[in-house]
Amino acid sequence: MTEPSTTNPTALAVEMRRVTKQFPGVLANDCINLQVAYGEIHAIIGENGAGKSTLMSVLSGLLKADEGEVLLKGHPVRGRPHLVSRRGLGMVYQHFMLVPNFTVAENVILGNEPGDRVHLDLRAAEEAVRRLGQDYGLNLDPAARIEDLSVGEQQRVEILKVLYRGSDVIVLDEPTQVLTLQEKNELFETLRCLVRDGRTIIFITHHLEEVMALSDRVTVLRRGRVVASLAIQDTDIATLAQLMVGREIGPGEKRTGDVTGDVVLEVSDLTAVSERGLQALDGVSFGVRGGEILGLAGVEGNGQRELVETLTGLRIPSGGEIRIGDQSTHGWSPRQFLEAGVAVIPENRRVRGVVEPFTIAENLVLGRHWKRPFSKGWVLDLGAMEAEAKSLISDFGIVPPDPEILVRTLSGGNQQRVVVARELAKKPVVLIAAHPTRGLDIAGRQFAHSCLLRERSLGAAILLVSSDLEEILDLGDRIAVIFEGRITGILPREEASEGKLGLLMVGARR
Amino acid sequence: MKDLSIRRIVRELGQALLPLALALAVGAVIILAIGENPLTVFGLMLRGSFGSLRRLSGTLQEASPMIFTGVSVALAFRAGLFNIGAEGQLLIGGFAAAWAGFALTGLPGPLHVVFCVVAAAAAGLVWGLIPGILKARLGVHEVINTIMLNYVALSLTNFLVGHPYFKEPGQIPQTRDIAASSVLPRFEFLYAHAKVNAGLWVALAVMVAVGYLLARTRYGFEIKAVGYNPEASEAAGISKSRVIWTTMGLSGAIAGLAGAEQVLGVFRCFVSPFPFGYGFVGIAVALLARNNPLAVLPAALIFGALTSGAQEVDVHSGTPREITVVLQGIFVLFIACEFVLRRKRRVGETEGGPKAGGKGREEEGRGEDG
Ligand SMILES: Nc1ncnc2c1ncn2[C@@H]1O[C@H](COP(=O)(O)OP(=O)(O)OP(=O)(O)O)[C@@H](O)[C@H]1O
Ligand SMILES: [Mg+2]
Repeated sequence: MTEPSTTNPTALAVEMRRVTKQFPGVLANDCINLQVAYGEIHAIIGENGAGKSTLMSVLSGLLKADEGEVLLKGHPVRGRPHLVSRRGLGMVYQHFMLVPNFTVAENVILGNEPGDRVHLDLRAAEEAVRRLGQDYGLNLDPAARIEDLSVGEQQRVEILKVLYRGSDVIVLDEPTQVLTLQEKNELFETLRCLVRDGRTIIFITHHLEEVMALSDRVTVLRRGRVVASLAIQDTDIATLAQLMVGREIGPGEKRTGDVTGDVVLEVSDLTAVSERGLQALDGVSFGVRGGEILGLAGVEGNGQRELVETLTGLRIPSGGEIRIGDQSTHGWSPRQFLEAGVAVIPENRRVRGVVEPFTIAENLVLGRHWKRPFSKGWVLDLGAMEAEAKSLISDFGIVPPDPEILVRTLSGGNQQRVVVARELAKKPVVLIAAHPTRGLDIAGRQFAHSCLLRERSLGAAILLVSSDLEEILDLGDRIAVIFEGRITGILPREEASEGKLGLLMVGARR
Repeated sequence: MKDLSIRRIVRELGQALLPLALALAVGAVIILAIGENPLTVFGLMLRGSFGSLRRLSGTLQEASPMIFTGVSVALAFRAGLFNIGAEGQLLIGGFAAAWAGFALTGLPGPLHVVFCVVAAAAAGLVWGLIPGILKARLGVHEVINTIMLNYVALSLTNFLVGHPYFKEPGQIPQTRDIAASSVLPRFEFLYAHAKVNAGLWVALAVMVAVGYLLARTRYGFEIKAVGYNPEASEAAGISKSRVIWTTMGLSGAIAGLAGAEQVLGVFRCFVSPFPFGYGFVGIAVALLARNNPLAVLPAALIFGALTSGAQEVDVHSGTPREITVVLQGIFVLFIACEFVLRRKRRVGETEGGPKAGGKGREEEGRGEDG
């Protein structure tokens, strides 16, 4: 377990001095100084690719800085992540570190297994995980396997993991991306509790309201440098946004005009079974018209993942029907859905979205690679691929702007841009967008929103799955709520409010 | 980006040669223990494999089947498939070539050779398709099936060779000799009775073709995508199962060609038991070449040299020729170690957080393509 924290009041929980980290062609961290006091909630913000995750990996020992010093509770950090973790650092990485074919409980206890030397007491582990989940409002089935969980649920597992370890310096890299407001509030409450117990918290987010609501101090990174480190009472959202981007950000685009198109995507009485054999979708029906955005709100893990997969042919429904235009999709392969004009921004970009060892260019044409101009007959046209990549890279602001860079080396937000850019470039008839702005910075989020609105005005039928009510309320023409595999209500935008949706999200029927 | 890629090639080369250096070091200790001078022995091996035109020809001859099997295994690897069955595919292919070689008569020379080669490829194709389809349709792991099919191929060819229709009358268990029109010509222009035969050209052509396939074609793109991330490939409309069975079939066909090379160019009949091991060496060759088809050539040459240098060692030193087999074994062990380490580093990189390690572009098996 963790060592008792040294309660030397003058010492800092975390101190990073002149940390520099160079990647081929990218200076990710440039002489960064960071000071985090004991008992502080310290936010780190910055645009996509600013170097936040890199800095945290240096802190956790996963990456070695080229220059500079890192002190954790006064001790220099050298080398191995497991040693640093034993010193009391708990880390929730942006891209999860879970063993896919282990259960929730097994993942949580990994490295801290209960039981005697020989035996593993799984029952106790599951009990502990259940109790912890209840205490902190992070509900999960301890016996479920990770690969069967949605990203939102996996996020909860990651958070439980650090809580279980009792780490006293906790780093959370974009933990709120797929949490609902309710879950966020519970998480924040948990974090405040932890700080009251004398823990220290560093968290990364792209949502400035969260920074203002939760943190004591905030450090702003821009292109690998610290541009400011401020006490929260000395700043406000506008200032922070300005510091982050270096210019003013206007308000986001809004939905305009009425929906007049015909129903393009029609789902009736759809049922599907999850890997765990549970009824994941239980008679789902809705229709989306051309030029309409239907928002699907709900707590992650209520069937969203299964719905998205059935709508793209990746999961075979156990009953019901999906119609696209006037065609029944019964027995269609994913390829047929694609050819019919269905594009999907998947919830988990690293699983379904990108091929990480491929380059940006290769990823940007994936799923269109068999068509002209990218293929002429059997042969790929590398020139056409590169040209397409260059134009999408500049449209979507992917950094670094080099088509030949491997997607594996991109920052989380830039990987997301690659997926969004590719799917929108397909000129979809039906667009299934699951958490499309997950991990995007403020400007990226606004840009993605205006892209969705543009597709809407071009007549696409859009299903927007998100746990972010604000996003759904900004973009949706109508809003459906899913709970335990059932649609608990569909409201026109005008009638929807956070309160009403919140009730539907916990199962109240309309 | 030019300098970067040159640096990369140098580093990759260094990494690839490290196992060889380590194997030689361990080999040196063993030779010392026998009471011989390692430098002398290594010198002899070098002379034995490259020292003259005749010896070089021997090395090329050893390398030829290894190029086929190396490319075969590497191709399957790129789709995420572990083809341990090159050995069996080679046997079946060789047998088919022998059959076509003696049974078809009256064809003009070049056409007969083409027929035999196609027969070998077709037989290997079938032998690769079986595990490929089982994997694609039923999800049965290809490693188990390819291993079992190796035994089936061994028994089947053994049995058939004994059948009166195939068997050459007499004591020796072998098929009838193939017609002269189906013989792959040897490199007589080097010197009379040169060992290496025209199969080498076929091997090089196949190697380049597979390199092109992976780097420049739609199908190669899909093979790599499925190999790297089957889930994302599926979502992108690529049929995972189709890629799996076709790649396994293609891989089998290429290994089958190795059998044709041996039968049409070396033995001129199918002997039983057939010389064993080129299929398995192919796995080591592919690993050493990092599954890059074009790197298979140097990798096969190294393994070819280790084999063909044996005789020289035997004749001119007190060290038994088996030392080269020992060396090969140690070499393979170190290649495997390096492979596992590289894997581990990569896992640490992807699952251990955003993407640690500061690795830019080098990627296992990415090779030259793109
Ligand atoms: N392994 C790597 N190889 C090469 N470049 C890398 C590697 N890891 C990160 N980078 C680069 O370093 C920069 C900073 O990346 P980092 O992941 O720290 O960004 P971030 O601030 O966390 O962004 P985001 O908000 O998108 O998560 C990016 O430009 C990225 O492309
Ligand atoms: Mg990040």
